[in-house]
Formats: sequence, C-alpha cells, structure tokens
Amino acid sequence: MAERLIELKSIKKSFGRVYALGGVDLYVDMGEVVGLIGDNGAGKSTLIKILAGVIKPTSGEIIIRGEAVSHWSAARSREAGIETVFQDRALAVQQSIVRNIFMGREIRNRLGFLKVRTELREAERLMREIGFTSRVFSPHSIVGQLSGGERQGVAIARAIYNQSDLIILDEPTTALSLTETAKVFHFVRQARASGRSILFIGHNIHHVFDIADRFVVLDRGKVALTASRTEVKSAEQLINFMEEVAHPDRGGKRISQAEAVG
Amino acid sequence: MTELAEGTGTAKPAAMPVTTTAALERHPDQQPLRRFVLSNRPALGSLAVFVLMMLIFVAANPHVFGEWNIYSSVMTTLPVVLFALVPLVFIVTSGEIDLSFPATMGFAAWMFALVVRAGYDPFIGIAAAALTGMAVGFFVGTLVVYANLSSLIATLGMNFMVRGFILIVTEGKSIALVTLNQSLAYKIFSSELLGVPVQMFWGLAFVIFSAFLYNRHRFGAQVHIVGDNPDAAQEMGIDVKRVRVKAFVFSGLGAALAGVFSTMINFTWWPTAGDGYLLPVLASVFVGGTAPWGGVGTIIGSAIGGLTVSFIQTGVVAAGLTGFYVQFFNGLIIILSLLGHRWNQARYR
Repeated sequence: MAERLIELKSIKKSFGRVYALGGVDLYVDMGEVVGLIGDNGAGKSTLIKILAGVIKPTSGEIIIRGEAVSHWSAARSREAGIETVFQDRALAVQQSIVRNIFMGREIRNRLGFLKVRTELREAERLMREIGFTSRVFSPHSIVGQLSGGERQGVAIARAIYNQSDLIILDEPTTALSLTETAKVFHFVRQARASGRSILFIGHNIHHVFDIADRFVVLDRGKVALTASRTEVKSAEQLINFMEEVAHPDRGGKRISQAEAVG
Repeated sequence: MTELAEGTGTAKPAAMPVTTTAALERHPDQQPLRRFVLSNRPALGSLAVFVLMMLIFVAANPHVFGEWNIYSSVMTTLPVVLFALVPLVFIVTSGEIDLSFPATMGFAAWMFALVVRAGYDPFIGIAAAALTGMAVGFFVGTLVVYANLSSLIATLGMNFMVRGFILIVTEGKSIALVTLNQSLAYKIFSSELLGVPVQMFWGLAFVIFSAFLYNRHRFGAQVHIVGDNPDAAQEMGIDVKRVRVKAFVFSGLGAALAGVFSTMINFTWWPTAGDGYLLPVLASVFVGGTAPWGGVGTIIGSAIGGLTVSFIQTGVVAAGLTGFYVQFFNGLIIILSLLGHRWNQARYR
C-alpha cells in the first residue's frame, strides 16, 4: 500500500454559527492525484485553505507523514512540503516573476541579502521545466504584464520549487484557454510521474475525471463520496451522483409536478 | 568572488537546451542597459526633474549658483531629511504611512540631549536616541498593525501625543549642548570634510545601505510583496504584520538619527525639534517617485526628491524672487512630479 502523505481527521470549521466543514476526513497518498469536487459552498476552498495553513480549523487533526502537527500555519505548511496554487493565484502583480516565484522563500545569504543570480538561474530552470518560456517575457518581467495562463505558470513554477511533495491546485483551469488547460494537465501528469502528490480541486467534473486517481466529493461541509478511479465508470456517473447528493428529493418532486400538471 | 564563480559555473548546464535559453536571453529585459532604465524609471524621472529645476535656477542667477556656499548650506540640512525620508519609503511601499516621525525625531533627540547634558559621551547619547526611536517606532507600528488601525490617522494621533508628552514634561524649555563641539562624536558626525559637511557622507551612506536593503534584501523584498498583495503574502507564509512593524521600527530609527543630526547642527535641542520636517519629507517621498498605493517605490529616487525639495527654497530666493514664492513653487514641483511619475510608470493595480 502506498505511503500516506497527509491525513485530515474530522476537520471542522465554523465561521460564527455557520459550519463550513462539519467533520471532514481526507487523505492523500504519495504519488497520488486526488480530485476534490463539490458544488459551490461545499467547503472545498475552506478545506484546502486549512491544509495550506491560511485558516485554522475549529477542531480536528492534521497528520503529515504520520505525525500530528501543532501550530499549523502557512509557513509550516510550506516547510512540510505542501504547495498551493490558489484560485486567485496569490501573486504580487507589480513585482517581477522572479520575486513572485521566491515569495516567502527568498534565496539569501547569512545576512539576509538576496542571492539575485541564484534566484534568476533557478527561476529560469523552473520555467523551462514546466515549459513556461516565451520571447514575450523574461524572469524579470512584471507579473501584471502577463496573461492569465502565464500567471498560472508563475504560480505553478513557485509550487514546484523546493521539491514539494503535495501540490494543491485550486480550480487551476478556471478562466484558462484550451491550450492553457492542456498545459496544466500535462503538468499534473508530469508531477505525478515524478512521484509528487496532487490535490486537484475543480468545478469541471470532466476535467477532474480525466486526471484523478481517486475522487472525493464534498457536499455541504461533509464527504459525500470517496471512490477510486476503478470504481467510477464515467464522468456522467459522478455528475449523477452529485446531483443526487445535492437534491435527494428532486426525482420525486418532478414526478409529482408532472402529475399535477397532467 | 563566490558569486562570480557561481555565475561562470552555470554556463555549461544552461547551454544544453539551446533554443529556450537563447529565447530567454534575447528578451530585451535581459539587456543590462535597458533593464537598468526600465527598473529605475521613477528614479531617473526624479533626477530629470531635479536637473531641470536646477538648470532654471542657474539660468536665473548664475552668480549665486556658481558659489559653493549655497550647496554647502543645503548639504548641512539635507542629511536630516534623508534619514527621516528613506525609511518612510519602506513604510509607504508596505502599504502604510507614518506621520509620527517628526515627534519621534524630537523624542529621540531629547534622549540624546539629556544623556549628553548629564555628562555622558555623545556616542552613548546616539545609542540611547537610536534605541528610543526604535522603541517608539515599535510601539506605533504595533498599535497600527495589531489593532488594525488606519495608519494615516493613528500615526497622526501618535505624532500629537508624543509631541504633547515632550511639551508637558519639558514645559517647552530647550536644552543647550555647549560642550558638544569638543567631542569626538561631533567631529565624526557634524564637522566638515574636504569642504563638505560631514553629515552628508553619513546621509549618503545611509541612502546606499537602505537602497540595498530595499532592493536586495529579504526585508525589502517582503516589504514590496506585503504592500503589493498582503493576502498573497500571507498565503505564502510571510508574516505580514511583522514585516509592517519592522518597517515602523526602521522608521523610528531613521527619525532618531535625523533628530540627533539636527540637534548636532544646532548645538541645541528644542521641544519642537522635527516639527518642520513633516510636510517636506512626506512630499519628497512622492516627488521622488515612490507610489502612494504601495508595492513599488525607489530609495534613490526619493532621496533625489529630498534633494529637489531642499533646493526649492534656496533656489527660489536666490533666483531673485521673494520668500512669498517658496510655497507656490513647492506645490508646483510636487504636482508636476506626480504628473510626470503617473505618465512614466505603468500601474498594475
């Protein structure tokens, strides 16, 4: 059996009286692509923000490589080898590509001064690695000048630096063109091939179905389904399941409405 | 030396994927001169404004501007402006503002004056002032950042409060430091070297050091990111609040040094010390090309802004106009500079 990389145990999160997550269990194994799907407001973003250390859970346990963590924070999450490509990409748009790639993890000497050349070289290497090169921009270019897909490239380059073990992609294909989406997919397959784990969050179930080894369906703050690739026949089956979960009584209602009209 | 060795060492692996590397290197951003101009646009703009202004002044009165005196007198007080101004660039870049630095100047210089009057060596006084300034900066920064107050209003309030405290305790009395000019500290920090006021060298050194801190240090990089996108900074594990408090501490240190230099020039500490610097220093930051919305700025440019603002008064009077024109020209330069920078700088947010 594959080694368990991260495990979340009965994670709860409430904002005031509203429960965003009501006890979620989730794990990701080494080298596994997990597709996290669910409707708007299902708690996907809250869950990954907890994993990324950006928000703190109300209760529950986070276990990394078999060890429960305490004082979980964004900095700790990154130290533990978890990188997140946020939905809004979390870029500083007035800064250069290099500065964004090394955001919060600057390469520096003992006095804290930046090793500018090393950063530049590493940035070029990362950009080449994910096929993110162009004549239109260089590592010195300002992120604000880039297109949406190119900005996604910066966020992904940042995520693969430092040999991270788990990369969380939150809605990475939203607002991307077809070729750009294909690039993201290519990247996910490449990352899995190199032994990394991916947590892929998506609206588009066809996208998630194509790429994930295992699916986790979240519904109103709870896990409604966990299924491996072999257990699910088609994307349609997943969609139907989600429809059912979201509207358990709809089938019956429709009939009764039809009867009323008839 | 090690940097150089590293640079040559990478030439081999980089040469393998020929096409992509070539494409990267061909990009205009990679050409040194072009990159220098692009990344220093606001500073070069400020320099252009300064040179243009000086040309007009010189044309108006070549005689006065041919004398060394006028430059020497500007260079006596300019360092005071520089010490207060440079840390302010960090604060503005981080997305905050500090209007409390004049009171911090007065407060820290007060400590300096008390220590010196008590008979201790001025070096100890300088250390005491520096620590006081950093402590005040830490207090103001903590208040603004952790209580989540508007820095514009909170630091204005702190400026009044600290100044008020000074006035209450001293009852408005100044402190004369008659023994100061025999001390070693005075020779090092406030005499003349090659006909130039020696504090100018300290001011310049501070500007250069700060420029490295701003552009080439982790602190500066994080200040940029925090001012640019605080949410992203937080998501990437940067302690946004801590970075901002650090900027305030740095501002306190700068203000303290400014206060000490100003006291050393005058041999006297006044309870109002620093008051007159609020508006000229603030204006200089923006005249120099630091963006008011945070995330981008320039230390060198803002230092040139300080130079420009310092020369306005001298220049206007020397050009044969009465003192009544000074304020008008101050305003004119500020507005023209802002227009220039707006045109010169692309805004991405």
